[in-house]
Amino acid sequence: MKKYDIIIIGGGVIGCMTARALSRFDLKVLLIERESDIGMGASSANSAIIHAGHDPMPGSLKAEMNRLANPMWDQVSADLGIPFKRSGAYIVAIGEDEFGCLAALKERAEKNGVLTEIFNADEMLKREPLVNPATSGALFTPTAGMVDPFAACVASIENAIQNGVEVLTDTAFTGFIMEGKKIIGIHTSQGDFACRWVVNAAGTYSDEVMHAAETRQDFKITPRRGEYYLLDKAEIEINNILFPVPSKVSKGILVLGSTHGNVLVGPNSQTTDYKENKAVTPEGLAEIWQGAQKLVPSITPRSVIAVFAGLRATGNAECQTPGVNYHNDFVIERAGEVDGLINLAGIESPGLTAAPAIAQRVTELLKEGGEKLTEKPGWNPIRPARPRFNHLTREEQAALVAQDPRYGRIVCRCEMITEGEIVAEIHAPLPARTYDAIKRRTWLGTGRCLGSFDMPRVVDILAHELNLPVTAIRKKGAGSEFLLRQTKEVEA
Amino acid sequence: MTIKEHYDVVVIGSGPGGLAAAISAKKNGAQDVLIIERDIEPGGILLQCIHNGFGVEVFKQDLPGPSYAQRFINEAYQVGVDFLLDTMVLEITRDHRITATSKRYGFLTIQAKAVVLAMGCRERTRAQVRLPGTRPAGVYTAGTAQRWVNVEGYMPGKNFVILGSGDIGMIMARRLTFEGAKVERVLEVMPYLSGLTRNYVQCLMDFDIELQLKHTVKNIIGKKRVEAIEAVAVDDKWNYIPGTEEIIPCDTLLLSVGLIPENELSRQAGVLIDPVTAGPFVDDGFQTNIPGIYSAGNVVHVYDLVDWVTEAGLIAGKSAARLVQNGPQPDAKTIAVKAGENVRYVVPHTLNPDHLADGEIRIQMRVRQPIEAPVWVEVRSGEKLLHRKGEPYARPGEMVTIPLKPALMDEVKAAGELTVAIVKR
Repeated sequence: MKKYDIIIIGGGVIGCMTARALSRFDLKVLLIERESDIGMGASSANSAIIHAGHDPMPGSLKAEMNRLANPMWDQVSADLGIPFKRSGAYIVAIGEDEFGCLAALKERAEKNGVLTEIFNADEMLKREPLVNPATSGALFTPTAGMVDPFAACVASIENAIQNGVEVLTDTAFTGFIMEGKKIIGIHTSQGDFACRWVVNAAGTYSDEVMHAAETRQDFKITPRRGEYYLLDKAEIEINNILFPVPSKVSKGILVLGSTHGNVLVGPNSQTTDYKENKAVTPEGLAEIWQGAQKLVPSITPRSVIAVFAGLRATGNAECQTPGVNYHNDFVIERAGEVDGLINLAGIESPGLTAAPAIAQRVTELLKEGGEKLTEKPGWNPIRPARPRFNHLTREEQAALVAQDPRYGRIVCRCEMITEGEIVAEIHAPLPARTYDAIKRRTWLGTGRCLGSFDMPRVVDILAHELNLPVTAIRKKGAGSEFLLRQTKEVEA
Repeated sequence: MTIKEHYDVVVIGSGPGGLAAAISAKKNGAQDVLIIERDIEPGGILLQCIHNGFGVEVFKQDLPGPSYAQRFINEAYQVGVDFLLDTMVLEITRDHRITATSKRYGFLTIQAKAVVLAMGCRERTRAQVRLPGTRPAGVYTAGTAQRWVNVEGYMPGKNFVILGSGDIGMIMARRLTFEGAKVERVLEVMPYLSGLTRNYVQCLMDFDIELQLKHTVKNIIGKKRVEAIEAVAVDDKWNYIPGTEEIIPCDTLLLSVGLIPENELSRQAGVLIDPVTAGPFVDDGFQTNIPGIYSAGNVVHVYDLVDWVTEAGLIAGKSAARLVQNGPQPDAKTIAVKAGENVRYVVPHTLNPDHLADGEIRIQMRVRQPIEAPVWVEVRSGEKLLHRKGEPYARPGEMVTIPLKPALMDEVKAAGELTVAIVKR
């Protein structure tokens, strides 16, 4: 049985950032992910915001982690070479009644230690001319920002791999190997692995992992589905983050510019029992539309280029702070009932924002658990960004093409993604071996034609680079092959 | 081949519109003519259209797509058109400077005296028709499936449902059936066919493939691969009719839900786009609002027959050659052509009556609502009927053409604007 010091279950942004934080120390670390790629859950389907922290319940772990993590993103994004823009965010009031709510929101933000400012309608319209002219003003949180959440996953896991962490995809956790009350390993779909510690970062499945260790039997994840629209950047440009005045259950339907330049609209919030329920519904899309048009009336359905849904891992953990009545807090703990388990559960929004602080907290929990963390000599926090043809100036593009002609061939015409970029992802530290893996990394196939043009070409490139028949090339995991047989082959 | 830095005419795209434009520019006196094509060989989408039905108007012959293309490719080489293949244009400026990139030729800038935009169109996707459900493998546009089957030689599925009665969808229904697949159903949200009637007869009826009008897809089911779709009937406003849902097991859903002219490069160059056609506003010589930038074929509006695309390319190429030789002409008084009763759009948007001296000008349009009875296609100036033509019926899937003869030159000149209508006889 292969032996590790620490095994992380789950390759979402929490697992990936934790892997990176642990790669700093002299530890043998394995991250397992049940899907064919990292970041396929909530980490690649969310609002892509680094929250200022105005919204969480004051005193909650959510508020604390948000506050600690927000300032970390400048360094994290610079080290990892990922797009991040501290644009600030606006909570936009429509009509006089909503303007009255801003003062209460400001007070809550201040309790969370978040800097805010109230703008009048004129100032709001000046800052975002597309906003509903019926606006009565806004609460501005200057420290909010936007990030590419999948890039955050991939860059942090690549940096972890550079520093010695191992990663297994298509590997599902199936149970613990215990010695009395002590975890000594795990069973997976790919065999057993020994370890001294397990970090449970299993997202919507984090309750099941806990229960497998017979801890926190009353903790339950009830996923909440959020649906989104992505709009064509040629049709509409918004460079701000616009929140509505929130309801009791959610921050509401947002309209925001993404680091890719597209406007993102969503999410709604629907509780679901099924942990794979990422279907988009007509009702949900209608709801998002209504919310979006309230903030920006000029948004039209014509400009939609993608619809998708993500699942929030909403838990039912009580807030541990005395006097704070809150039941959906993060769980970030060394499990009480067993040795060797760290639970990172119920990590919904602001989970993406909180990720670097949560990763940091894991190292502290390990120390408290008696782990002597010694820094590795030669640990390198820098993960160099790979070239993105479309982000370069014409001169830089010309130089890149001269250096490697594969960057001269555009494979995805809408997003201008080159063969060079695709090949680089296929041979990256965590190889992108499926179409969707390349899509999430390069943003290929996300434009107006949604991959109709590039798909056959990318399938060919994957087959060539991986030395596989084209019939083995998949969209995502096993069973998602694009092509079934040659045309003249006789059906069996 | 060495690529020059200067060309008289540069054509973007080597589909039927681009090939015709390049040949015509060369034949009409342009010296250096270049076609830039992003694929590794010329011909455009015709190369994957291995079915027949091409060339009935132009050659009076019924050809498969690649044969039709090859005739023009051969001619282009014969007359000395240069080709820059496997090369993507990144940018065109108002003053005709083209930036392009290529694995074979590197990073290039080329100065043209005139440019013909012939980028064709792209297919509408599931997002644009806002299809609900999961996002598994097995949801493709009909054109992507067509490339896989006809060019690459692979089958993307076994059991298909096709959403949309566009021509590519119906043609793929037949093609997939030939290759041993089962096409369970074709669903069309509109109460009428969106493609050509001949394709309905030859591709669906002849193979007992059921077409359900006023039906759409309510849900896509499957995690890794499509497992089924949920079909539903819709009312006149496309609202689902409760109780009509039906689960159809299948592993692939093909979309044939419309084509959109591909005009991102045009927009960058400052070309104004008609929101109805999604193509440039053009005059009768297919010049856009930017002097020296022409456009031809499906980039202007989506045609039903390739023959008309070729014809448009010939006109655009001739106009470009004329500009190269004569320089810019003084602004003539142009006449606006407007879409009237039951006409969704009309091309060209403006015309120069003096051009009628060179021969007839074809006005082409799409009808808004089908009329399954004899119709008049009317051209009016105000209330005054200038010209009309009878047609046995008018269907949105089939383009309507009315030629303006040179004899009408004086009357067109006197008109402020022309209005085109399609009315019941």
